[in-house]
Amino acid sequence: MSDPRPSGALETFRYDNAIVRLFIIATVVWGIVGMLVGVIISLQLAWPAANLDLPWTTYGRLRPLHTNAVIFAFAGNGIFAAIYYSSQRLLKARMFSDGLSKMHFWGWQAIIVAAAITLPLGITQSKEYAELEWPIDIAIAVVWVAFSVNLMGTIIKRRERHLYVAIWFYLATVVAITLLHVVNSLVIPVTLTKSYPVFAGIQDALVQWWYGHNAVAFLLTTPFLGLMYYFLPKAAGRPIYSYRLSILHFWSLIFLYIWAGPHHLLNAATPEWAQTLGVVFSIMLIAPSWGGMINGYLTLRGAYDRLRTDPVIRFFFLGITYYGMVTFEGSLLSLRDVNALSHNTDWTVAHVHNGALGWVGFMLFGMLYWLVPRMWKTELHSKAIANAHFWLATIGIGIYALSMWTAGIIEGLMQLWFNTDGTLRFRGWSDQLDNIQVLYWVRVVAGLFYLTGLVLMAWNLWATARRGTAVTDDEAQAPALLPEVDLDKQVGEALAKSGQAKVSALHGLVERWPMVFLALIAVAILIGSVAEIIPSLIQGALTPRIASVTPYTALELTGRDIYIREGCNNCHTQMIRTLRAEVARYGDYTRPGEHIYDRPHLWGSRRMGPDLARAGTKLSYAWNFTHTRDPRKVDGSHNSTMPRYPWLYVDEMDLSTVERKLSVLKSAPIYTPYTAREVENAEADARHQAGEIAAILRQDLPTEAGAVQGLENKEIIALIAYLKRLGTDLNKPSAGAP
Amino acid sequence: MDIILLLTGLALIIFVVAVVALMWSVRSGQMDDLDTPALRMLGDDPPPPPNEPL
Repeated sequence: MSDPRPSGALETFRYDNAIVRLFIIATVVWGIVGMLVGVIISLQLAWPAANLDLPWTTYGRLRPLHTNAVIFAFAGNGIFAAIYYSSQRLLKARMFSDGLSKMHFWGWQAIIVAAAITLPLGITQSKEYAELEWPIDIAIAVVWVAFSVNLMGTIIKRRERHLYVAIWFYLATVVAITLLHVVNSLVIPVTLTKSYPVFAGIQDALVQWWYGHNAVAFLLTTPFLGLMYYFLPKAAGRPIYSYRLSILHFWSLIFLYIWAGPHHLLNAATPEWAQTLGVVFSIMLIAPSWGGMINGYLTLRGAYDRLRTDPVIRFFFLGITYYGMVTFEGSLLSLRDVNALSHNTDWTVAHVHNGALGWVGFMLFGMLYWLVPRMWKTELHSKAIANAHFWLATIGIGIYALSMWTAGIIEGLMQLWFNTDGTLRFRGWSDQLDNIQVLYWVRVVAGLFYLTGLVLMAWNLWATARRGTAVTDDEAQAPALLPEVDLDKQVGEALAKSGQAKVSALHGLVERWPMVFLALIAVAILIGSVAEIIPSLIQGALTPRIASVTPYTALELTGRDIYIREGCNNCHTQMIRTLRAEVARYGDYTRPGEHIYDRPHLWGSRRMGPDLARAGTKLSYAWNFTHTRDPRKVDGSHNSTMPRYPWLYVDEMDLSTVERKLSVLKSAPIYTPYTAREVENAEADARHQAGEIAAILRQDLPTEAGAVQGLENKEIIALIAYLKRLGTDLNKPSAGAP
Repeated sequence: MDIILLLTGLALIIFVVAVVALMWSVRSGQMDDLDTPALRMLGDDPPPPPNEPL
């Protein structure tokens, strides 16, 4: 089993357990916080009054907090615990730097706290899973680099020559997330709490989903497969079923994942070739994904009897099952016709929760039940409670998926349903809500099941830690690694001695054909990424300009930033897909050229309410005024799930930065064609337009609008200005056109 | 568009990193033995040592 090559003297060293324990504690604590927020916002969808009419607790602001907490705080800290524990042991070395480890841990927690403060305050970039504003983005980059250096440094000073497959999965995470985060976070700051992305419209959307999809790939998939490949064999006491398969599916996963991003923008205003590329590679992804699942299942061969007794094996078994299910479901959802029904519905919500609760959650729970007793040198406090957690979590996620699948399919069918005379069967949104409201209540119960299980785990692990002793370091011994030898040279010399020098080159090539294959794959990945992104950007730059589409006015831009602050894009899309039912419902399908001034894009991914891409062509000033104040007060909206926004009618709009905003948008590399006059007079122009809108409202709604003192200065005026602009440019006679 | 230059530059950096990583793994024989690593990782845990003062 030992390396046949010569090795150095035996060295004694210590594994850093303290850092692993810190990440374990953070995983559990943030897991409870993130899922508690999830339960709260799910309750708000069933019962809108649960937001208490406070700005900081509305759905649009809390939803990003929930997703960020679960992804970056729960799953993030979880994989760091896994990586810090397993890497040290696989590499036979203490982490490269205790200082970097501490900086990583405390920096990451500070970022999470910053997110928990800024998101409820409405400080957001609005891009899904990348909402945090630019100062926090910079902090993320710095901490991530610290983590990367720490991991790479440990690899360099390792005492085990072979890099176990889990390490490759971790490396892919480190490298890919760095690139994704940096590129998707490119913004021009306006103030400390506001920025505009350098990409606009379709380009912003493509970069965002290139990021979004690969964040799933490299934060919620590769590190968890690495986790599986370390902790599953450990828990089962058996080697991986096939080490070759693990290597093969690693490289093929890396190769395929990077291409699949456009499947988030199917039937949308994105290039057809990019959509097709996304679909084809999403289907191909089943192979490497199921390679991992099968390898996991078969590793458990001979340990399956422990499914009856061992909570660790139970959680891992179900986690792997969810991995197989969710990757199959993802490929299914990426088919254009399935996507036509499923996209923007609760089916997507079911899918991501199968991934986050089923795969990510269960793998972490399995790891924690295995790891915590070892980190505190004792036995698990109660196996019975762990098993109760298992059943609560299993039932919870099961009910969750069933309820949201059902809701999603109902929504999809009702939205696509035509009468025989060619008209829409269900025009309004309330018919649909009548059918799914009960399922929203079921979902609250499912979330409570899962959360209760998590709380039981926290208590169980705490009791375990309390009766054990935290040993800071584990002592270990391993021979030092001698400097690497040039194998090719050695082989060449050996062959030359035996008179076979001529064939040595060819022989070496054939002998290492897997490496040649891997090198070709790396080249293919690069070409793939470049080929996918660059034409999209060029296409974006060359998007046919629509003469009548002009930049937002100062007031509309202010309103748009309020729309972003309140997180309206979490529930409303601005993308009318090229589907007959959507054109019949919302109007002409969205053109890429309509969004060239959208920074960031607000296409959205989920319709809790109707699409707003052409809202400006349909809804009156008065309707918007009444509806935003109390959505359930307008006709056909009695069961709306939308929050009320009373503060928009009290708070005055902040126009102090609007000149600077226009100035930033006008500057390189953004180049929005504002005139110098428009920039200089931004505030005055905004006040003028606000005055006009306030006058219209006072005329149409003498009592309600008249009752608001200083109406023209209120935030609602800016928001209405923006909503009334949406989608109106396309058919507007352009100033210069004949 | 400036952004294309940036992305191309980033992609080239990643390309170089990937090639160097692969060259290194070829030369250091990472893939020469694909059987024992799966077994070796199982044995790396020392028996739980008695709690010792630090």
